[in-house]
Formats: sequence, structure tokens, C-alpha cells
Amino acid sequence: MSAFWSAWVSVITLAVIIGCTWLLFATRKSQPHQEQTEETVGHEFDGIEEYDNPLPKWWFQMFLGTVIFGLGYLALYPGLGNFQGLLGWSSHGQWEEEMAHAEEQYRPMFEQFAALSIEQLQNEETGLKMGQRMFANNCSLCHGSAGTGAYGFPNLTDNDWLYGGDPATLKATIANGRNGGMPAWGQVLGEDGVRDVTSYVLSLSGAGENLDGDAVARGQSQFQALCAACHGAEGKGTQALGAPNLTDNTWLYGGSFEQVAHSIRNGRAGVMPAHKELLSDEKIHLIAAYVYSLSQK
Amino acid sequence: MSTATEHPTYNYKVVRQFAIMAVVWGIVGMGVGVLIAAQLVWPALNFDLPWLSYGRIRPLHTNAVIFAFGGCALFATSYYVVQRTSQTRLFSDALASFTFWGWQAVILAAAITLPLGITSAKEYAELEWPIDLLITAVWVAYAVVFLGTVKLRKTSHIYVGNWFYMAFIITVAVLHIVNSMAIPVSFLKSYSLYPGTVDAMVQWWYGHNAVGFFLTAGFLGMMYYFVPKQAERPIYSYRLSIVHFWALIATYMWAGGHHLHYSALPDWTQSVGMVMSLILLAPSWGGMINGMMTLSGAWHKLRTDPILRFLVVSLSFYGMSTFEGPMMSIKTVNALSHNTDWTVGHVHAGALGWVAMISIGAIYHMIPRLFGKAQMYSTALINTHFWLATIGTVLYICSMWVNGILQGLMWRAVNQDGTLTYSFVEALEASHPGYFVRWLGGAFFLTGMLLMAYNVWQTVRAGSSVKAAEPSAQTA
Repeated sequence: MSAFWSAWVSVITLAVIIGCTWLLFATRKSQPHQEQTEETVGHEFDGIEEYDNPLPKWWFQMFLGTVIFGLGYLALYPGLGNFQGLLGWSSHGQWEEEMAHAEEQYRPMFEQFAALSIEQLQNEETGLKMGQRMFANNCSLCHGSAGTGAYGFPNLTDNDWLYGGDPATLKATIANGRNGGMPAWGQVLGEDGVRDVTSYVLSLSGAGENLDGDAVARGQSQFQALCAACHGAEGKGTQALGAPNLTDNTWLYGGSFEQVAHSIRNGRAGVMPAHKELLSDEKIHLIAAYVYSLSQK
Repeated sequence: MSTATEHPTYNYKVVRQFAIMAVVWGIVGMGVGVLIAAQLVWPALNFDLPWLSYGRIRPLHTNAVIFAFGGCALFATSYYVVQRTSQTRLFSDALASFTFWGWQAVILAAAITLPLGITSAKEYAELEWPIDLLITAVWVAYAVVFLGTVKLRKTSHIYVGNWFYMAFIITVAVLHIVNSMAIPVSFLKSYSLYPGTVDAMVQWWYGHNAVGFFLTAGFLGMMYYFVPKQAERPIYSYRLSIVHFWALIATYMWAGGHHLHYSALPDWTQSVGMVMSLILLAPSWGGMINGMMTLSGAWHKLRTDPILRFLVVSLSFYGMSTFEGPMMSIKTVNALSHNTDWTVGHVHAGALGWVAMISIGAIYHMIPRLFGKAQMYSTALINTHFWLATIGTVLYICSMWVNGILQGLMWRAVNQDGTLTYSFVEALEASHPGYFVRWLGGAFFLTGMLLMAYNVWQTVRAGSSVKAAEPSAQTA
């Protein structure tokens, strides 16, 4: 802030505090009575009169006490414009200090586990517990406290992976995040085409008996032309692209005819946020170990 | 009609209208409050309807109790007090009537738009810009009526109650206009004129002063008339009222920054907010002392007069919450209390204990006088209402203290490895019993309001069937 605004802030702040204090002293000084009195000031409003009692002593002292504390605080801490306070304190400085302290205190513990591979960590109960706690605070909002997922958020316990479940891939997913993009095919396929492809896709996971055989056949050729590039010729998906396996009857956005048709017609956009700016490598390592353990039981 | 009803010089019609609507909106606003409290205990109670969802009707609750119930109580009492203490009729009957119908229109518009999800998303200022404009028009009319009446007074001085009402009216106009500045993009959508952190600061400058001037200064105006009137005792100290009035309005203005401790707000703003909040303690307590000490020599009246009991207990809650507020503004305390239910409990100590109780006492005092009756239909019902309100408030505050401290401690607990001990949902789960007790407290309070409505209805309709216990029914 410029020198003008700094002075502006300081002057007004002090003027309010000093003004209140002046009023307090001036009113006290002019008191005609020092003890409780039955004398009124002489006004009368709708039958209400006012006594001219003195300011209660304890109240006066309390008022003064808060003013002294306030002025002391403004001398020690930033408050008067650009003046940083005699202690040199700042909230950012306090944060950095606490972070450095935490780093020093907890680093050895995390380093000890960072030296172990994710497979090795499966036998480290303490490490997995740490991972679980960090999962609860960072991941459970979407994936659930047991990691079983929700509509639109993958189940992490079923060993069915969009991008792969090996340790390195898990860590990459947590650190860098994922952007799953299923394009919208409604314009290209038309409504009939959407329903044909839906029929074919559902037939892949064995829902054939309730489907129209002709529609499945028409859908298959459309699928080969448009979908196979990502989901594979057999619909088994491609983990490098995050394209799901369509043959296993596991559905991220629901497996009913209408839900699958909706995915094809309007597309889907799934986002796993990147955590590398939020969590250290050692923490991501432990969370990955915990997530890995979920599908190893 | 008796002469007491239609005083030759006073406009009681608008006072009657506002007083009755204060009771009506009190029941509506608190009813919605009980519903959202129940939703936190039994989430299925939103019935999967968007317009019954917590996020939409919580602002309906806050707007209804603050601006509809509290607002009507302030309009009613200020019009009543300013006429009687200035010994003159309202400046303009037509403008006063406009403030009544205009304010009811604002409330109705809020009750329709908020459940529909139409909101500017600024807390306690959620209403969209066309409604904001109507509020401004009503408020300016209110200022003209009130200040005009003070100008026409037949007394040499302006009564202390009217100082507080004037500070409340003038400041709320400034707060409302500055905070609601927005750029409309359509008839029902606008965006705040201020960017980011500045918007947050303006919002909480407004938000805390809504507490300071709407819910404190305005109701202190009420206190300064109805406490001495009901106790029939002189005000304790004139000079104390001078110091605490000026110090209160000077320091309240600055305190809003304490809502944004440990946020992106610059450090100096947070410090000033905290310092001013602490200095605010003594000025706030000045009002409590003046009210409480006014009762010296009249304490025995509390045994027989439940209206006086409402007024005195409201001052106790006022003293308690204005002590709690400065404490919570200290940054180290705030680090524990911020974002927890403690804040919610603190607000309700003020809203239920202070604002609602003093309004209820004032309305019980006014109703018989406004409608030309000897006294309220049933003193026993007022007494029952008093206990329901007091027990309800205590249940509410205590459960929120327990929940707030519990949440604050659970959120900050860390394991030996530095990870958080509890996930958010675990703290929520632990809060469940407290939410039930809070709902129960709210239900107590609401039940009391229903008794009040019945009592008022019987008083207005049939008149008093009980022999007058109050020594002076009408002194004007």
C-alpha cells in the first residue's frame, strides 16, 4: 500500500481509539457525583427519567485495559498501515515456520517408508495406516472412505483399473491427475445410431437376451468404425488412454440402457485432480501403497 | 375505541401492523430454522426437493428472522418509541404506511426467490438487485419518517433510545447500499462490483455491522425504552449512555475483519479487526449495565412480571454474547472456533437470547396499549413462553458450544506422523447428538412463539379477561 494509504489507515485507526479514550476520560472528569446518586439529569421522556450516576469504576478500568492492550498489540503486530510491528510477525511467516517445523519433525518417518517399494510396504502396518489416514482426508470425498467409489468416481477395491493398477501407474495417477474424455457421439450417430451402439456395447457384457439382434449387429459396425480406436476391437479398453473395458459389467456411470446411451450421446468428462502440488512425494508414495493394498486382499 | 387506542396525536396503526407481523414472521422464520436444524439431524427431511434443500432455505431462515421478524419488531418499536418520547405524531403517515407495505413486499419477494435459488450469494445480503432497490427505497422512507419525527419533537433533548434507532437506520442504509453494489446481467442475476478479497472485506464489513447496527444498536434503542418503562425506574446513568453510544458506533464499524482471520485478507486488516473487537467489549457492556442497573430497587418485580423477566434475561444473554464475541475475535481463540458450530451458537446467543427475547418483551408491553386493552389475555401464557424461550436458548447455545469445541479439536488433532487424526466426516458424525439437542432447543423456542401468537390473538380479539396486575396500563 502506498505511503498515503498507510498514513490514512494509521491516522484513522488511532483517532478512533484515542477519541474513545478521550470521551471516556472527559465524561468521567465532569462527573458531579462519584458515588451512586438519586439525582437525575432533569430530562423526562414519556415518564422515563435518567439518573446522573457515575461510570462504574470496574467498567472504566476494563475499557481502559482493552485500549491499552489494543495499542500494545498494534505496536507489536502489523496493523497500522505498512508498519510491520516490533515483533516482525506475519501470518505467512508463521505458516512457513510451522511448515518447516513439521517437515523437520515428520520427515524421518516418511523417509523411512519412502525407501521401501510399494510391494514391500504391503507388510508395513504403520505405513499403510498412515496412507489410509491421508486417503481419508484427501481422497475419500470422491472415492468414499472405504475406497469403493461412487457414481462417476471409480471403485479402487475391485482390481478393475481405468489407467492401470501397478504401483508406478498409481503414483502417476495421484501425482499428475487424469483427464478422462469420452467424446459425445450424438451428432455423429443420430439417435438411432446411439441406440444401436448402446445395444452392441451392452451385448459385450452378456446382456444379449434382452437386446434386438439387428440393432446389435448394426451397432457393431458403428462401434468398429468409431469406438474401437480407444476401447479396442473387442471392447476390452485401453489403459494407456483410460478407455474403460466394456466387457466386464463394471460401469462408472451406470450400466442401464439409458445410462450407457447417455454416455455415448453426450460423452463424459472424468477428472482426477493432480496432487503433486498438494502432497509431497513421500506422502503420495504411502497413499499409493494404501490404494494398492485395497485390491490385493 | 377508547382514547388510549386512538391517541389524538400518535400514529398507532403502523405500529400495530408491524407488531402483528413481527409475531407472524417470527413464527415463519423460526419454523424454517427448526426445519433446517431437523435436516441436519435427519437429512431425508429435504425430501429431495431443490427448494427445500438446506442451501436454499438456510438463507430464507436468516433473512426471515433478521429482517422480517427483527425488522418488523424494530419498525414497530421505533415508531412507537419515537412518537411517545418525542411527544409528536409520525412525520408522515403516508410514508410510514409505505414502509410497512414496502417491507412486507421485500419479505415476500425473499420468501419466493430464495427457495428458487435466486441469490447474490452474499451472506445476509442474498437478495437480488431488484429487491435491493426496493429495500433502499423503503429504508430511505424509514429514515425520512424517523428523523423527521425526531425533528418535530416537543421535548428539548433527543431520548437516548432514539440515538440508537437513528444510528441503526442511518448506518444500515450506508451498509446496504455499499455492500449491495453490483452489476446486473439479467433481471434476476447480478455480480458484485468488488473483486476477490475486497469483496470479502466489504461483505464482512457489512455482515458484522448488520450484527452491530441492525441487531445491536437497533435493539439497544428498544431496550432503552422498554426496560425503564416496564420496570418503572429511571435509567441508571445518562453519562454512561453517552460514552457507550459513541464508543459502540465508532468501534463496531471496524470489527468485521475478525470474520476473515487467517484468510487472504492482509494481516494489518485482521489485526485492526481484532483490536477493535476487543475494545468493543466495554461499550457493549455499557448498555447491559445501564439496563440491568435500571432495575435496582425494582428486582422484586421480576417475581410477578414475566414481561420484565424477558427484558432482563435478554440483557443477560446480550452481556454474555458480547463478551463471547470479543473473545472469539482473538486470533488464537478464533483458530479453534472458526468455521465450527461455536460461531452458530454465538450468533444464536445473540439472536434468540438477546434480539428475540427483548423483542418479545417489547411486543408484550405494546400490544395491550396499542389495542386499548388493560393487559395481555394471559399472564400465565407469557410466563410459559418465557420458560420455553429460556430453556430453548440454553439448549441451543450449550449444544453448539460442545459441538464447536469438539469440531475445532477434532479438526486440528494430528497423529505422530503429522497426518490428521480425524477425517471431516468423523467430526460430523460426532456432532450428530449436538444437532439433535439444537433442534430440540429450536423447537422449544418456536413453541413459545406459537403461544405468543395465541395470546396476542386473544388479546386483540377479546380483550383481557384477567384483572389488571400492571400498576400503570397507560401513562401517555
